[in-house]
Amino acid sequence: MSGDLQELVGELAPVEREAWNALQDGRIAFQRCRSHGHPWLPARPQCPRCLSPEWEWEEAAGGAALISWVVYHRAFHPALADFVPYAVAAVELSEGPRMVVALDGVPGEAEPRAGAAVELATVERGGVRLALARLL
Amino acid sequence: MTTAPACVLAGVGLTAAGTLEGRSTISLNVEASRLALADARIDKDLVDAVYVKFPTSRLEFMYATKVAEALGVDEPTICGCWDQGGASNISMVSQAAQAIAAGEIEVALVTAADNPRSGTRQAYDKAWGTDAPYGWVGIAGGYAMIARAYLEEFGLASRDLAPFAIAARRHGAANPAAQLRKPLTLERHQEEDWIVEPLRRSDVCLVSDGGGAVVVTSARRARQLGVPAPIGVLGFGHAQKAQETIRRADLTATAARPAGAMAFAAAGLRPRDVDVAQLYDCFSVVPAMTLEDYGFCGKGEAPAFARETGIEVGGGLPINTSGGLLAETGMPGMQMVVEGVRQLRGESTSQVAGAEICLVSGQGGVMTTHATMILGSR
Repeated sequence: MSGDLQELVGELAPVEREAWNALQDGRIAFQRCRSHGHPWLPARPQCPRCLSPEWEWEEAAGGAALISWVVYHRAFHPALADFVPYAVAAVELSEGPRMVVALDGVPGEAEPRAGAAVELATVERGGVRLALARLL
Repeated sequence: MTTAPACVLAGVGLTAAGTLEGRSTISLNVEASRLALADARIDKDLVDAVYVKFPTSRLEFMYATKVAEALGVDEPTICGCWDQGGASNISMVSQAAQAIAAGEIEVALVTAADNPRSGTRQAYDKAWGTDAPYGWVGIAGGYAMIARAYLEEFGLASRDLAPFAIAARRHGAANPAAQLRKPLTLERHQEEDWIVEPLRRSDVCLVSDGGGAVVVTSARRARQLGVPAPIGVLGFGHAQKAQETIRRADLTATAARPAGAMAFAAAGLRPRDVDVAQLYDCFSVVPAMTLEDYGFCGKGEAPAFARETGIEVGGGLPINTSGGLLAETGMPGMQMVVEGVRQLRGESTSQVAGAEICLVSGQGGVMTTHATMILGSR
């Protein structure tokens, strides 16, 4: 069915499911190591720095910097057909971890710039809640 | 200058490219291997190692031993798959060279085949986890993300990537075996639709069925067996980047820099010694960034290098002289190894006069894996 983005998620490992569920509740979450404080994404069950399984979820404050972005003009899956053209951005949270987010609007009129400050929020799209970056 | 190479590419083989309806990947590996062994004039019974590139479009267990069995090589000393995307071919040649140098094996078949055009695309079509609902799917998006960072950092635009597609398409047009033989102009490139902006249709590789293989042995064994036209390997280089593209501290610093430096050091050569290069071009931005990180020009200078030095046959550094992934076949990289050998034998359809040193690059994932090989005809 066109426009149902949940079907693209597929099966998730438990720790990925926790991150996804937090996002569905409107919270952008990342993990932080209890031993040394290292923060990371994407979600995984051990700290990629010290390999400790002791960590906790933390909610991102919402500040981030734009690293790069693309605009999809073709739907690589039928569920995405209703949304092209759409923009996807890579951002670095002010807390450190990086993530993929939706970029508000399709660049063209107001060209974004690498390093630009963005503000993150969540938005409903295709039956799911996604992180959205707005240029400040 | 360099010392005599210990390891040689004794023979190469390439199947037809394009839509090969009904052909299994194993049958394509067998056909490519038969051609490579015939080219080397080495009897199949002498093969004691089979290295096989993982067929990316469909996951299959014990794939390499299935290929070996189909080849009638039932009990090879070494046999296995390498899962590194387009860097696999050169990495496997390197692994074979080390095993040969260690005295473990004498004659290795290194083979790769896939049928994503007429067969399944199972491995590409599955859902991609929590990033997928953003539409962050497919390989092109990852390369576009790097391409955008590259164009932004150096003040370049889509038109600056065009020379890499145009060169591949010119060389493809001259190659009767190429899947795409229609030349490309800058004007036509700039009129094309975006696939994932900033990449246009002709910036993106072909999707092709096909196979390629190479026979690796020692220089000494090649002489004993009367191999007609062995090509020496002068040096290998390797490097990898973080799997998650966006986690890389600098999106425009590629694995080509350390891998190229390693290969040039091993060969005792410098970029200016290279006569012709086969630079993996799944997307036009890749050979541009590879040229820079191999040291042929500075960062952000590849478009100017293409315009001023020239990357087409007749230019200062012809690249991808059989058409590469953009025109010859979308096969992930073995065609670049085969063309490197053909150039140094004087057999290319876009021959570089007097070519003696050829650089070949392979890379996979989203500029994740990288392997470099420098070939020499003397």
